[in-house]
Amino acid sequence: MAYIPAKYAPVIPQAVHTGTIEKTPILIVGAGPIGLSMALEMGLRGHHVILINKESQLTDGSRAICYAKRPLEIMDRLGFAERMVAKGVSWNIGKVFFQDRPEPVYSFDLLPVKDQKMPGMINVQQYYNEEYNIAALETLDNVELRWANKLTNIQNNDGGVIVNIETPEGDYQIHADWLIACDGSNSPTRKMLDIGFEGETFQDNFLIADVKFTKAYPTERHFWFDPVFNPGQSVLLHKQPDDVWRIDFQVGWDIDRKEIVKPENITPRIQAMFGEDVEFEYEWVSVYTFNCRQIETMAIDCVLFAGDSAHLVSPFGARGANTGFQDTDNLAWKLDLVLTGTADETLIASYDEERSLAARINILNSTRSTDFITPKSKVSRQFRDAVLQLSSDHAFARGFVNSGRLSMPVSYPNSSLNTPDDGPWQGGIEPGTNCIDAPVREAGKEAWLLNCLGWKFKLLIFAGNDCLTSSQIHDLAQLAKGKLPVEAVIIGTDGLEDVKGLVAQRYAAKSGDVYLVRPDQYVAARWHGFDLIKIENSVKTSLGLK
Amino acid sequence: MTKKLITAANISNYDDVYQLIIDMHQGMSDEESQSANAKLILTLSNHIGDADIIKEATDLVRASTLAWQKKENPNHEN
Repeated sequence: MAYIPAKYAPVIPQAVHTGTIEKTPILIVGAGPIGLSMALEMGLRGHHVILINKESQLTDGSRAICYAKRPLEIMDRLGFAERMVAKGVSWNIGKVFFQDRPEPVYSFDLLPVKDQKMPGMINVQQYYNEEYNIAALETLDNVELRWANKLTNIQNNDGGVIVNIETPEGDYQIHADWLIACDGSNSPTRKMLDIGFEGETFQDNFLIADVKFTKAYPTERHFWFDPVFNPGQSVLLHKQPDDVWRIDFQVGWDIDRKEIVKPENITPRIQAMFGEDVEFEYEWVSVYTFNCRQIETMAIDCVLFAGDSAHLVSPFGARGANTGFQDTDNLAWKLDLVLTGTADETLIASYDEERSLAARINILNSTRSTDFITPKSKVSRQFRDAVLQLSSDHAFARGFVNSGRLSMPVSYPNSSLNTPDDGPWQGGIEPGTNCIDAPVREAGKEAWLLNCLGWKFKLLIFAGNDCLTSSQIHDLAQLAKGKLPVEAVIIGTDGLEDVKGLVAQRYAAKSGDVYLVRPDQYVAARWHGFDLIKIENSVKTSLGLK
Repeated sequence: MTKKLITAANISNYDDVYQLIIDMHQGMSDEESQSANAKLILTLSNHIGDADIIKEATDLVRASTLAWQKKENPNHEN
């Protein structure tokens, strides 16, 4: 196989030899994409972090290859999205094929996302994500990344945990105030604490072949339902950087997992697809069965779960890693405020409230894709095939075709941190929903709204051509000085210029409107008009204090 | 929730509509007919375009079908 994962030297902390118990506010278990981004964000927020990983290398293959807009926006705040986008492959054209028809039953054009900094979706190998994240982490001296450090035991201790860690040279212990388990679908942390992980296993297998072709193919996503080269099953073809293509064959339940991944058994499949004379080399092959599962709770005392350790979805719709980044985005600011004493520990409960909801919705979406791609009954298959046949002649039926939906951020419309609207709004962004980017001009320079919102509580004020009144300026000064500082971002002549009018349009805002935006760039509250008391109350609510 | 599905008589000529549905299947194998039925449901669902109405209809049809199953086969557990 062409890809060889980067290896790192095992880290042997002093405590292995001294026997003293190390102390850290934050211990993160698992240096996959989710653990790494969690470590980076807490590190950038100034906290000391120890990140342990039982292996001493990056992921063994390309694995998670689709990164959607919201996770890219999160990575942008962490400082490495531009590298992801520069390396990544963008695709807009998707083609759906059915049975033996050489022409697609239909094609779609996702159209590039307009007037937002990040694209709708890019494809890039997971190891690039890890590499860029690690490069950013290495600039921080308050984050320690310890390879070949394996968690073997957890005990509650004094409002935190004492964990035992195994290294190649012996064991040591850490006392952590918070443990964040980003240790994947088989999460040892979850098992040690015996926390339920219920759901369903789909009786089906998928064979991934990541291959490098010598000939160029168009950068399109191709999806085949029931093709002649894989009868009764599906096949997905997707492009990655470095001329690598992912081919994902549905192979059914009754397979020999050792035999099926052998090149001599995969090559005929690829030849059946591309012709006998196709030239390629393998980069990575893998076979997987998928589960849709969800952890009982994502926050139990001082142990928090993020990413695959907390939820598993089918791969259709790219909701695995993409959801995990949004877990860390939701958790990091809450943990930051608790660690700095600004918020009470009860705020952490809202992490489970909001992200368990997101996990449920993601599981629902991916289960629906799975049911369409791999129908579970005769009637389900008849409807699936009826949709595909109808779609080839009639555009109206194409909406039913579900070969994986684009991963979108989940809203929390009923979150306990929201302040419901107290007036009528014609659209815009409702409390509990993530902010949408738009182009602005800041001090004469092109800029993006989301970059201006940053990762602290912000008051987005639509001032239009008006200047703020002296009482508003006084109120804003008070908000900026509070226990939880809330800074103003002003849209109008006094602040950011809404160059295309898209901020006002996307936020359905008129002059005088105000949005309270959380550090994860979700709307906490919004009003027609500026009222200090209301703003202060909503800030309290979004800290879980009401 | 206010009911949206029209459950009062709503077709001026029932015989015409019934015949249209039967005629659609003319000369079809059972398999083709199953496919045609599915396409008809999908096409009409798109026309209705309202998940609440479709849910009322699917609930009504499911209840009716299972109730008949019971009448014909009283020992059958649903």
